[in-house]
Amino acid sequence: MSVAPDARVPRLGRLERSALTGVLVREVVNFSSYWKSTTFSSTVEPTIYLIAFGFGFGSLVSTIGGYDYVDFVGTGTVATAVLFSSAFPAMFGTFVKYQFQRTYDAILAAPVDTEELVTAEALWIATRAGVYGCVPMLVAIAFGLEPAWGMLLVPFIGWIAGFGWACFGISIAGYSKSFENFNYVISAVLTPLFLLAGSFFPLDGFPEWAQVLAAFNPLYQCVQLIRAAVFGLLGWDDLFRVAVLVGFGLLVWRVAIRAMTKKLID
Amino acid sequence: MTGLAEAPRWHPARMDGELAIRMRGVVKRYGAITAVDHLDLEVPIGTCVGLLGPNGAGKSTTMRLLTAQSIADEGELDVLGFRLPEESKQARARCGVVPQLDNLDTTLTVEQNLLVFTHLYRVARAERRDAIERALDLAKLAERRDERVDKLSGGMRRRLLIARALVHRPRLVLLDEPTVGLDPQVRQELWALIDALRSEGTTLLMSTHYIEEAERLADTVLIMSHGTAVAAGPPSELVREHAGTQALEVYGPPARLAEVEAEAGAAGLRTRRTGTSVSVLGIDGGNGFHLEGERRPANLEDVFVLLTGEEIA
Repeated sequence: MSVAPDARVPRLGRLERSALTGVLVREVVNFSSYWKSTTFSSTVEPTIYLIAFGFGFGSLVSTIGGYDYVDFVGTGTVATAVLFSSAFPAMFGTFVKYQFQRTYDAILAAPVDTEELVTAEALWIATRAGVYGCVPMLVAIAFGLEPAWGMLLVPFIGWIAGFGWACFGISIAGYSKSFENFNYVISAVLTPLFLLAGSFFPLDGFPEWAQVLAAFNPLYQCVQLIRAAVFGLLGWDDLFRVAVLVGFGLLVWRVAIRAMTKKLID
Repeated sequence: MTGLAEAPRWHPARMDGELAIRMRGVVKRYGAITAVDHLDLEVPIGTCVGLLGPNGAGKSTTMRLLTAQSIADEGELDVLGFRLPEESKQARARCGVVPQLDNLDTTLTVEQNLLVFTHLYRVARAERRDAIERALDLAKLAERRDERVDKLSGGMRRRLLIARALVHRPRLVLLDEPTVGLDPQVRQELWALIDALRSEGTTLLMSTHYIEEAERLADTVLIMSHGTAVAAGPPSELVREHAGTQALEVYGPPARLAEVEAEAGAAGLRTRRTGTSVSVLGIDGGNGFHLEGERRPANLEDVFVLLTGEEIA
C-alpha cells in the first residue's frame, strides 16, 4: 500500500506564484554575481550606437520626419536595446543552463514545472529588458532629447516587448541542438527584423511590401510605440501596436513552453 | 555467462507497511532502446533501497521517472502516494534529489545555493534561516557558507548537493550515484552522511554501481540489468541465496581455470571469472569438491555477476 498523501498540503496547480518566485529568486541572486558586466554592456553599447549614428549620420541628416536625428536614433535605440537585452540572453542563457550547467534539471526536481520555469525566466529577462531599454533614452537626454512624461511608459513598453523577445529566444534555444544553430536565426530572422524596424532610418523609402511586412514586425511596432510615448503623440492606433506586442508575447510564450517541455521532459 | 534473455526477472512480493515508492510494470523507451523494461520497485517508508547495476542498466532513467523528468511509456508509478506524472509536483515538493552530475550554481556561495532552494521548495519565510543552518550543519559546510561553489573541492560540492536536497526536510531522498568519481576518503565521508540520514529514518532510494556502497548503506538491494530488476533483497540474503557463504578463488593459467570451471560444473557449483582467477561459489557444503585455492566470503559482486553475466565497477 502506498503511503497516504499528505492531506494538509493543497493540490498544486499551474503557474503558481511560489514556483515563479522560486525561479525568480534564483535569477535575482545569480544576477548579483554578474550585474556589473551586464549593466556595462547594456549601457556602453547603445551609447556607442548613439554616438556613431548621431554624429555620423547626424552630420549628414539633421532631421527625419520633423525630429532631430539624434532624437530619432535615441528612441530607436531603445527598442534595439530591449531586443539585445532579451532575445540574446534568452537564447544563450537558456542553452547554457540546460546543456552545460544543468540548472533546469535541478529546478525541475523541485515542485516547479516547465511552464512555470519558462514563464519565470521570461518575466525576469523582460524586467531587465524594460530597465536596460531606458538606458539609451537617458543617454539621448544627455545628448539633448527633451524629457517628457510619456517617457515613463517606456519601461512598460520595453517590458512587454522584452517578454516576447525573451520567449522567442527561449524557443530558439529549445529547438536548437547546438549553439551553431543560433547563427541561422540571428542572420535570417533577427537581422532583417532589426533592419526593418525603423530604428536608425525611416521605412518610407522601402517598397510597399516591405512596409506591410514591417507592420508584423514586433520590433517595428515597439519602435513606433516608444517614439509616440517619448514625443507625446500617443493615439488610438498605438493600441494596435500594443496588441501586436501582447499577441506576439503570448504566442511565443506558448511556443517557448512547448519547446522547453520537449527539451527537458523525455 | 548468463545472457540477457536468460536473466531472471524479479517481482516484489507484498510488503508490509506503507510504500514511499511503488512502480509496477514501468517501461521507458528511447526509440529502439528500452531503457527501463517492465520494472517493478517498492520502497517501504523508512528504508534505504539501493539500485545496483552497471552503466546503462537503467538506474538514472528510473530516477528521472520518479521526478517526472521522464514520462513512462507503460506502467504505474506512485511516489509518496501521488500518482505520476499527473501529481508529480506534489510528490516533488516532498522529495529531495541528489543528481549524479553537479548542477550547483557555481558563481553563488554555499549559503546562496541553499537559499535559492528554500524558495524553490517553498520553505516558509520564518523557517528559511533554520533550514539553511540545519543543512549547513548536516553537510559540515557551516564554515564555508560564504565560499563560492567554484572554490570548493569535489567532496564539498557533493556534500552541498546533499544538503540542498535536504533543505526542506523531505520524506524521500533520491540519490543518483552519490559518490561517483570521488576519491575513497571523500566517499567514506559521504557514506557517513548518508548513513546518518538512514539512521534518522529518512527514506532513501540510491542508485550506485559500487558494490561496497550498496552493501554498506542499503537495507534492500535491487539488482538491475538492461532496464529490469533481476533480484532484490537484503544484501546478506541475496548473497546467501545466490552465492552461498563461501567462495574459493583459484588462480592459474587459462587452461587450468577452464579445468576448474569444468570440475565445479560437474559438482553442481557455479563459477565466475575474475580476471586471472576463477571464483567457485557455494562451496559451503563441500559438495565433494576439493581444490587448492583461497577461501573468501561470498559477496554481492558474485551475486551480481551470476545473475546478470556482467561485470561491475
